[in-house]
Amino acid sequence: MKKEGLLNKTWFRYILNAACILLLFGLISILVSSGVVNRYQAMILIPVGYNIILATSLNLATGFLGQLPLGHAGFMSVGGYASALFSMAVDWPAAIEFPVALLIGGLVAAVFGMIIGLPALRLKGDYLAIITLGFGEIIRVIILNLKFTGGAFGLRGIENHTTLTSTFVWVVISLFVIFALIKSRHGRAIIAIRENEIATESVGISTTYYKMVAFSVSAFFAGIAGGLCAHYLTLLNAGDFGFMRSVEILVMVVLGGMGSIIGSVVAAIVLTLLPELLRGFSEYRLIIYSLLLVIMMIFRPSGLFGRYDFSLSNSLLKIKGKITNSSRKKGATHHES
Amino acid sequence: MNHESVQNNSAYILDVTNLGIDFGGLQALDDFNIQVKDREIVGLIGPNGAGKTTIFNLLTSVYQPSRGNIQVTGRSTKGKTPHEVSQFGIARTFQNIRLFKNISVIDNVKIALHNGMKYSMLSAILRLPSYWREEKAATKLALELLAVFNMQDLADQPAGSLPYGAQRRLEIVRALATNPKVLLLDEPAAGMNPSETAELMSTIRDIRDQFNMAIVLIEHDMSLVMGICERILVLNYGLIIAQGTPEEIKNSPVVIEAYLGQQRGE
Repeated sequence: MKKEGLLNKTWFRYILNAACILLLFGLISILVSSGVVNRYQAMILIPVGYNIILATSLNLATGFLGQLPLGHAGFMSVGGYASALFSMAVDWPAAIEFPVALLIGGLVAAVFGMIIGLPALRLKGDYLAIITLGFGEIIRVIILNLKFTGGAFGLRGIENHTTLTSTFVWVVISLFVIFALIKSRHGRAIIAIRENEIATESVGISTTYYKMVAFSVSAFFAGIAGGLCAHYLTLLNAGDFGFMRSVEILVMVVLGGMGSIIGSVVAAIVLTLLPELLRGFSEYRLIIYSLLLVIMMIFRPSGLFGRYDFSLSNSLLKIKGKITNSSRKKGATHHES
Repeated sequence: MNHESVQNNSAYILDVTNLGIDFGGLQALDDFNIQVKDREIVGLIGPNGAGKTTIFNLLTSVYQPSRGNIQVTGRSTKGKTPHEVSQFGIARTFQNIRLFKNISVIDNVKIALHNGMKYSMLSAILRLPSYWREEKAATKLALELLAVFNMQDLADQPAGSLPYGAQRRLEIVRALATNPKVLLLDEPAAGMNPSETAELMSTIRDIRDQFNMAIVLIEHDMSLVMGICERILVLNYGLIIAQGTPEEIKNSPVVIEAYLGQQRGE
């Protein structure tokens, strides 16, 4: 086992986490290349990946900032179309073209986030929900009626760039950026707004500015996810980014726990895989899916993880403490609130 | 006299002239004047609904005044937002506690240290040295500030789980963390028992001496007000009805009347 103090060292925690991420990636690659996970299953992992990005980015606006935007699919579609149109217009090597396309998608979505956020964030709660919902629908209708977006036929012939590797990399980047932002003075300001807006202003923090920051970072990653989605499906249809898509993402956030990054990740994985796993039940699968959500909300209204966030090193320290304290076996389970 | 356009750099930390505000047809405050010098402790008393908290809300720009002028450390607060006024050097606590309840005590203080740190969002995301250095310094400073009230051991508790008195003290620590020149305390002793109040009294004095700031406090507990205030303003129905030293206020017939009502000579 590791030495006592090592787990408390910040640099060691970072290395440990990086090692685990590499290990996870290695594991997935081996499972895919050896054929344990078949091609169909491997392809499902890509939507799992961009749904993780969507859920965590929405969580920034919902769980951390404490607002309730309902237009996340709108930002996703803006990002998706922007990056798809870019990659169709230029003819660069994929290794450069694809990341640039995704960044453009993210930036365009972030700009839209700011444009919408400026008026919308003056409102609160249900008013904000309705105005963002309206925005999502406006985006959808505009895309449906524009020439260069392919209109009702959808945008076809997008190059297939999204691979399991690139999805994995972008998931890691998104999670790290959101995590790093949250655990900084800027992230604390965002959380403070959720806790008490008047008090946040009173200690000298501009709530308008940080609402905009959270909102546009959230939109940025929705745009990235949109780009991944576009280059995975190779065709975009405005109808896929309607109100229901926004609700789906919101359900992931609520189910995982508002304000918990690990919660969003787990919920995104479960809720993406579940409909696939339930395919065997054909017409009953939507009923089972909805029932699960209802049961979940009855027994754990704060979501799977509440506000708890997972830390590998802390968990290891806890397990170690349990082993040394009680002479029981290592049936260490976490009792987090 | 019209002080509307006066922009002098007065010797006062807090300079308020002819302040007034109307809520609809109701004149909640009128013709309010106060000049607070550095390191002064001023008390603001008056019956419920006299307009005391309204004054704090005006001083911190939560409300914009209908009339009059406020200068904090020589700068007019006219048209400024609460966070801008906070950066002029004014900090406050709230009558109904407004802590960041679901986050730890130390993070409550570190949120208030926000403007004391300078690293950018990019340095935070890339975890550059400036991030580590400033975060470390902020943690140290936050613990030092918590130590003023002997609360450093509670640093990792969620703020909402603290007992009532500790929550009030944490609000003061959080206000101190913004490095103010004037501290506004809204009923700091509310809900505290007599021994806690006595302790708070000496701490308020210590804070003034240690951090060199002026303190304006609203309080109903007369032992605290009379014990530490050098000057007291009495408010009733939005007007100053008396001001002076604690001794003068105690014996003022106007004040007694405002609190107890007029004696009926039957």
